Amino acid sequence: MGSSILKLLAQRISLGLLLLLAVSVLIFAGTQILPGDVAQSILGQSATPEALANLRRDLGLNDPAYVRYFNWLGGVLTGDLGTALTNGADISSSIGKRLFNTVFLASVAAVVSVPLAILLGLLAVRYRNRWPDKLISGATLASISLPEFFIGYLLIYFVAVKLGWFPSVSTVYDGMGFADRLKAVALPAATLTLVVLAHMMRMTRAAILNVMQSAYIETAELKGQSSFQVIARHAFPNALAPIVNVVMLNLAYLIVGVVVVEVIFIYPGMGQYLVDHVAKRDVPVVQACGLVFAAFFIGLNLIADVVAIITNPRLRHPK
Amino acid sequence: MANKGEILLDIRNLKIGATSYPPGEAPRDITIVDGVSFTLEKGKVLGLIGESGAGKSTIGLSSMGYGRGGVRITGGEVFLNGRDILKGGLETLRKVRGKEVCYVAQSAAAAFNPAHKLIDQVVEAAVMHGVCSRSEAERRAKDLFKALSLPDPENIGNRYPHQVSGGQLQRVMTAMALCSEPDLIVFDEPTTALDVTTQIDVLAAIKDAIRRTGVAALYITHDLAVVAQVSDEIMVLRHGKTVEHGTAKQIIEAPREEYTKALVSVRAINHEEKKPTPAPVLRVENITAAYGGSKGVKVLDDVTVEVHAGQTLAVVGESGSGKSTLARAITGLLPPLAGSITFNGRSLSPALKNRTKDDLREVQMIYQMADVAMNPRQTVRTIIGRPLEFYFGMKGAERDKRVAELLEEIEMGKGFIDRYPAELSGGQKQRVCIARALAAKPQLIICDEVTSALDPLVADGILKLLLNLQKIEGVSYLFITHDLATVRAIADSIAIMYKGRLARYGSKSDVLKPPFDAYTDLLLSSVPEMQIGWLEEAIAGRRMESAGN
Amino acid sequence: MFSRIPPSAMIGLTITVAFFLIAILAPWIAPYSMTDAAGSVWEPVSRAHPLGTDNIGRDLLSRMIFGARTTIFIASMATILSFSLGSILGFTAAVIGGWIDQLLSRFVDLLMSIPTLIFALVVLSVLPSNLLTLIMVMGILDATRVYRLSRAVAVDINVMDFVEAAKLRGEGRVWVIFREILPNALSPLVAELGLRFIFQVLFLSALSFLGLGIQPPEADWGGMVKENKDGIVFGIPAALIPAAAIAMLAISVNLVADWILNRTTDLKGGRGGQ
Repeated sequence: MGSSILKLLAQRISLGLLLLLAVSVLIFAGTQILPGDVAQSILGQSATPEALANLRRDLGLNDPAYVRYFNWLGGVLTGDLGTALTNGADISSSIGKRLFNTVFLASVAAVVSVPLAILLGLLAVRYRNRWPDKLISGATLASISLPEFFIGYLLIYFVAVKLGWFPSVSTVYDGMGFADRLKAVALPAATLTLVVLAHMMRMTRAAILNVMQSAYIETAELKGQSSFQVIARHAFPNALAPIVNVVMLNLAYLIVGVVVVEVIFIYPGMGQYLVDHVAKRDVPVVQACGLVFAAFFIGLNLIADVVAIITNPRLRHPK
Repeated sequence: MANKGEILLDIRNLKIGATSYPPGEAPRDITIVDGVSFTLEKGKVLGLIGESGAGKSTIGLSSMGYGRGGVRITGGEVFLNGRDILKGGLETLRKVRGKEVCYVAQSAAAAFNPAHKLIDQVVEAAVMHGVCSRSEAERRAKDLFKALSLPDPENIGNRYPHQVSGGQLQRVMTAMALCSEPDLIVFDEPTTALDVTTQIDVLAAIKDAIRRTGVAALYITHDLAVVAQVSDEIMVLRHGKTVEHGTAKQIIEAPREEYTKALVSVRAINHEEKKPTPAPVLRVENITAAYGGSKGVKVLDDVTVEVHAGQTLAVVGESGSGKSTLARAITGLLPPLAGSITFNGRSLSPALKNRTKDDLREVQMIYQMADVAMNPRQTVRTIIGRPLEFYFGMKGAERDKRVAELLEEIEMGKGFIDRYPAELSGGQKQRVCIARALAAKPQLIICDEVTSALDPLVADGILKLLLNLQKIEGVSYLFITHDLATVRAIADSIAIMYKGRLARYGSKSDVLKPPFDAYTDLLLSSVPEMQIGWLEEAIAGRRMESAGN
Repeated sequence: MFSRIPPSAMIGLTITVAFFLIAILAPWIAPYSMTDAAGSVWEPVSRAHPLGTDNIGRDLLSRMIFGARTTIFIASMATILSFSLGSILGFTAAVIGGWIDQLLSRFVDLLMSIPTLIFALVVLSVLPSNLLTLIMVMGILDATRVYRLSRAVAVDINVMDFVEAAKLRGEGRVWVIFREILPNALSPLVAELGLRFIFQVLFLSALSFLGLGIQPPEADWGGMVKENKDGIVFGIPAALIPAAAIAMLAISVNLVADWILNRTTDLKGGRGGQ
């Protein structure tokens, strides 16, 4: 039996890797082929032609684009992301620490928002077309319209400044205790949670409703099963894949939302790092960050597809 | 096992309503069932019959205290074994459902949970209600699989729903209902989704199982001929009210109400067969077609048929027989791989894009689903007027006059000219589609299952209209259908298709006259007839034949 | 027809129209100049300055009004670009099919596998910062979403029997696209137009807030949040005003789009029913 499923999984995973490779080409092309000269950007308009030529040679800009791409890709594959133009720092080690901070923040937000969203989604299904459901669709409408910084600064203004419960700036440092770290990321995590919660709730609601409206749920009800039995035995196995899909999509969204939220709370993560270096036009850093973000994005989507393949009874038990 | 004569189910003055939520408007309450009463004795079968919206499924489910999709029982009583199951709340109902009353759905394919093995689902209710132990229930399930003539009864339960065919699933579902030895089973159109040759087997299996176990049943269907085979009594419903209730024999042989009479005599249209003309309007010769190019799946294999002027060729077959593909090949939507299409003696280009405007005009098409065959953003004026403008350059008042004439011809009248499709009933939509085809003044109209989505009386009206138009306009039809009763009513010649090939072809009288080939025999003997005892005769006929072979 | 608009959509429509009027009439209704200081830093609300002053003493209301103009203008231009590009390519792909469809769809898949904001940041790190670049980047990246939607809608309609009937009649591609498909695709596309506009407003604001969008002294709402954000920790809510304006505009447009989307299902003859 499992052979076709393994084949599908292998196909899906190699497709993901291929996509990642294509994305690396796109990111490289986006920063190299478009107009604008890195050397000029670094040295400014007043640079002498000799200085420009020297820098171009040092950066390898005189090589053809594909050579530079493969050099870059080779470095990426061996964990060497190059050095930052602005301060010559090793990008891999800078990213390492920041990536940990970002993943920590996103994880805290996910740990709070995922169970909460699924719970509220279930409530919305339970009270369909009644006020809890209407409240949820209203909240969704509002939440997709609110910019992250509006939620973030509202929280800072009221919770940090007026009430003084949490710090308004999320300072973290090496050797910081877990509890202190949690306190530091409380507000940014809350902001992220609010940003994705309503959306995830509504998508969960749709996914569960879709399953609950299936004829086999009616069959189970007509066998006299209790709501708990119906949900546990008949709804859950079929709702698992769509819910995982919803969660993964929203986690991917969280990873992007992190960029703005980190800037709001001056939190030393990947987003802050990326934004700083875009402003400084530090191309190697931007490329590296872009690739890391894209890898997360593709990876989360990949997980959703893999779960969908594994839980599909038609694929697990072929004819 | 049950004491006959004892009342099992007693439904008194049942009222069922629902709230509809039209988008952008205030919710409003609607009535689905309006004061229906009946009793059912133990071991008896009551057939509930009616067109869509008659409330028959809703009544069936009310015997389990269940309302589908926000439907509520608003009044009346449902006595099962002497107690009102509606009083006592969900806990009481849960003890009734799956134990005293079981349900067999129209689409077993959707009603089984794709994530679990069949056997687990079949024994679930019996074990849960403590009717018997798991191993006993499995034994019983396997006996039932055998009794319902399922292949490999010992092991079929280990399969998943998607690994079993539709007809088999329907029988597994019947086994599931019988497994907890209920007093009553609600069969909700259990054979409607099946092909006719599969339907007869499932029907016979269900009837046999009912007789053996002595279970009572509510048998819900829109097909009077089917319900006549399995029921002791029949109740005719319309718009949520009882029209007539009597024994099956009385309803079929001596209906009292006009509506019942109409249902019984449906498709009893008498159509004299016409003799073939020397030169056919359309000749399709040795057509072979496939989806996905020459290496694709062959769906039409060497088919030759003719349509004569002013006559009807009925193309009959079950799903997958290639009958709709034939239409696509003739219209040029699916250019055939081999063979030729001759129209009025001149050859038609295989591909749609190479045909002249006049070629296109001469062959028109009417579809099964009238509501998706018309652009929902166009009024009847544009829908019928566009072919007039496109083929004949008619404009303004001249065009409107002709549209009004056509509306008269389809017996609707010019008052409908500014309506949108959404504002028409199912039958009216199909009539407008007929008018659109007529507007092109074609010699041939291809009708693809044009009556199968309609209720029987409405379908009858459409068939009569088509016959009448043929008389007036002299147009020819290529009529694709799976329904042999329709064929008898309208055809001059018949082509029976099976797996992409012609199984039998000729004039109506020749095709329907024995001796038959094996498939035609199977097909013809599978079509339910409006006659008590037909099922037994048909099955007995088959047994004799297989014994003779 | 206006009597059938539900109150929520009516409110949304009124506020949206008001915002657009403010944007168009900005130079005539703004009480102060956009660039010159009119008071001291972060003055509280007063009769002279209904919303107070900003981080360098400019009248906040006047900057909000000019900000409306910049934000709405750029978001509209980007929406028009993304919409015309996305829907034309999407419809073409759906109706023609074949390798053109494959090529376009795979390229869009690729673009969409990088989060929009991240890709915009990557590209903006090398491009010159000016209005044209900004509109092009915002428009092209967002066109991928419009492409997906319009292709999906058109593919759905293209296989319907009434389109087949038109093709069998011998109608040309122009009639099929403009008379059969487009009228049925219009409502979902118009609703999507609203959603894309909101997205562009939020996107532009995020970029400006990150310092990569509109450059000072030009006023736009996202940039104004950035300018005034340092006041928050001192309890000065000036940054919240432009942020709230963005939210208000977005919610209003959303209410209208939601109504249009509901009307669509309405005309198709209800959503399933009983």
